[in-house]
Amino acid sequence: MKKLLSLFLLVLSVNVFASSGVELQDANVDLTDKVSLQRGAKYFVTYCLGCHSAKQIRYLRVANDLGLDEKHVLDDIAPEGAGIYDQLHSAMNKHDAEKWFGTQPPDLSLVARSRGADWLYSYLKGFYVDKNRPFGVNNAIFEDVGMPNPLWQLQGEQKPVFVNDGERRVLDKLVSASVGTQSPEEFDKTVNDLVNFLVYVGEPVQLERQKMGKYVLFFLFVFLAIAYLLKKEYWKDVH
Amino acid sequence: MNLKPTRLRMCGNWVLDRFPLAQVWNEHMAHYYAPKNFNFWYFFGSLALLVLVNQFVTGILLTMNYKPDAKFAFDSVEYIMRDVNWGWLVRYMHSTGASAFFIVVYLHMFRGLLYGSFKQPRELIWIFGMLLFVALMAEAFMGYLLPWGQMSYWGAQVIISLFSAIPVIGDDLALWIRGDYVISDATLNRFFAFHVIAVPLVLVLLVFMHIVALHEVGSNNPDGVDIKKSKDPWGHPVDGIPFHPYYTVKDVVGVAVFMIFFATIIFYMPEMGGYFLEHANFIPADPMKTPEHIAPVWYFTPFYSILRAIPDKFAGVIGMGGSIVVLFLLPWLDRGQVKSIRYRGGIYKKALMLFVVSFIALGYLGTQPVTPLATIMARIFTAYYFGFFLLMPIYTRWEKLKPVPSHLTTQPTLEERIPDMIAVFNEVIKTESVTTEEGATELKQRFNPTGAKNVLIRTAKNLKESLD
Repeated sequence: MKKLLSLFLLVLSVNVFASSGVELQDANVDLTDKVSLQRGAKYFVTYCLGCHSAKQIRYLRVANDLGLDEKHVLDDIAPEGAGIYDQLHSAMNKHDAEKWFGTQPPDLSLVARSRGADWLYSYLKGFYVDKNRPFGVNNAIFEDVGMPNPLWQLQGEQKPVFVNDGERRVLDKLVSASVGTQSPEEFDKTVNDLVNFLVYVGEPVQLERQKMGKYVLFFLFVFLAIAYLLKKEYWKDVH
Repeated sequence: MNLKPTRLRMCGNWVLDRFPLAQVWNEHMAHYYAPKNFNFWYFFGSLALLVLVNQFVTGILLTMNYKPDAKFAFDSVEYIMRDVNWGWLVRYMHSTGASAFFIVVYLHMFRGLLYGSFKQPRELIWIFGMLLFVALMAEAFMGYLLPWGQMSYWGAQVIISLFSAIPVIGDDLALWIRGDYVISDATLNRFFAFHVIAVPLVLVLLVFMHIVALHEVGSNNPDGVDIKKSKDPWGHPVDGIPFHPYYTVKDVVGVAVFMIFFATIIFYMPEMGGYFLEHANFIPADPMKTPEHIAPVWYFTPFYSILRAIPDKFAGVIGMGGSIVVLFLLPWLDRGQVKSIRYRGGIYKKALMLFVVSFIALGYLGTQPVTPLATIMARIFTAYYFGFFLLMPIYTRWEKLKPVPSHLTTQPTLEERIPDMIAVFNEVIKTESVTTEEGATELKQRFNPTGAKNVLIRTAKNLKESLD
């Protein structure tokens, strides 16, 4: 028995990873906060849609789910020329993207499902000045990412602080180097709205499914009770 | 007034005169006598059938909007998830159903190990069941390519490249399976064909044979006693009850409990923390970008672990194949003269317990990246996996068997055990009345360490006793 237990502990210990200097920060995702989602949609179109598409969702769906009327979405959120039935396509074409960035920026429809909300939140806050990179910035979460910081005007610039961990130089934290148009608290909120919107875009149906789940489970519990009583009735003469 | 029913009956008789419907119904349901002492473990056969039907229905609906084309496959799945009415529900039912299928089937197979259901005269049922398991693995593997995500693509790439480890013909064989030098549109198309028609046909045929073979020799039971040995004057087993209505109504209860778990996953955690729907599979397949960590879906990980544990690639492939083949041989490896674990010796009980531990451990290790320590652990568990089966002819001979009763015994049922469970709960969590500062008395629940200790000691003692 003891051997078994120690074996088990060994297996568990395999799972312990060496963690890097920067840990993920918690995003505060709340899909019932329609106002945050509306702001997020606006930020997404303003700061992301230039390069990234979200082609799996349509403006009409955004309007319906976020409680906006179609005209408002077209006038205030969607870029000029977009129709209500259009998907959120990027204006940048493939060839330009390859020329400018060396690669095509990925579609962001499902990025919240592949990366997770916390990763996105930390990533968007994790850009820092690095003169060795083509766009002058690097990222604490995604090292050597080929993407400039789209929110730098809001956030201002960040400088990295490195510590020596044995032989290696490890990123310890980021400190503010210049002030942006938003205060750190405002910026956190902006990023959070954006992440909130991306989580929504990842699976627009999730609120509806959770709401529906309650009724389904309620029905199933009633069904279980009736099925159980029926079984008892049939089985009372089996000894 | 009188005309209608008569005409209806005549129509009915017309069919019955030409088709043995009543006979089939009686043979397999109303007059099929099953032992009356089926317990919890006997729910999973009917549940496997339920999941199969679920996969068929949802699968057919998905096919109506899915496009088996490398250019459109990924987007068509998202189209189903977003733009098709109820598409998300159908898709989640199908993806969750795949994992549920394996959970149910693993438990169903474990029941066989517990009660010796594979033993004489039920060897053929076990063989059909194992063929079903292999067909199910093929079905799941090919179905997983269809969403055309990164894990779909690279998982298939890894598994198909295993065939190229076979000497001489390996590379040509892998090429033949893929229809291309890498996984491509050609592979997707043929996997689609296999997934939606070829393998399902095989599954249905095997399910039919599995059930016909079962009904020929009759069901085993938790006591492993042959109920056909004692019959009443009408020729029915004394310890048997007709499958319908007794087990149909009982299985409906099992279905209800299963559906509660199933619905909870579908509506509240369809990704199941990345185990049922892997995170990396939300990225479209990219032949130019290999993901950092390729892990198959959880139900393949025990076998994947065995593959990785063996240093040589070809030997690993043999090992992985062997881990399935060895299951086929089980009826002839087990030399124990008694079916049910209730009357078997301690050595088999301990061996089986360790087997369960090693199977789960292998499954866990298969989801994790390779490290030197993990590899050593996987090797130990792999050795144990094979040891459990291959040493069976030796260690099952040493068993000290207990006398098998001539009739079925009665054990407390799940609902009869509920008072005991409540008693244990009350021992661990004590409810005390506490007087608050305002003078009101409140009932507070507190964890009781001594109670918990007693319960643990008792459980350990019971476990030790039951393992002898």
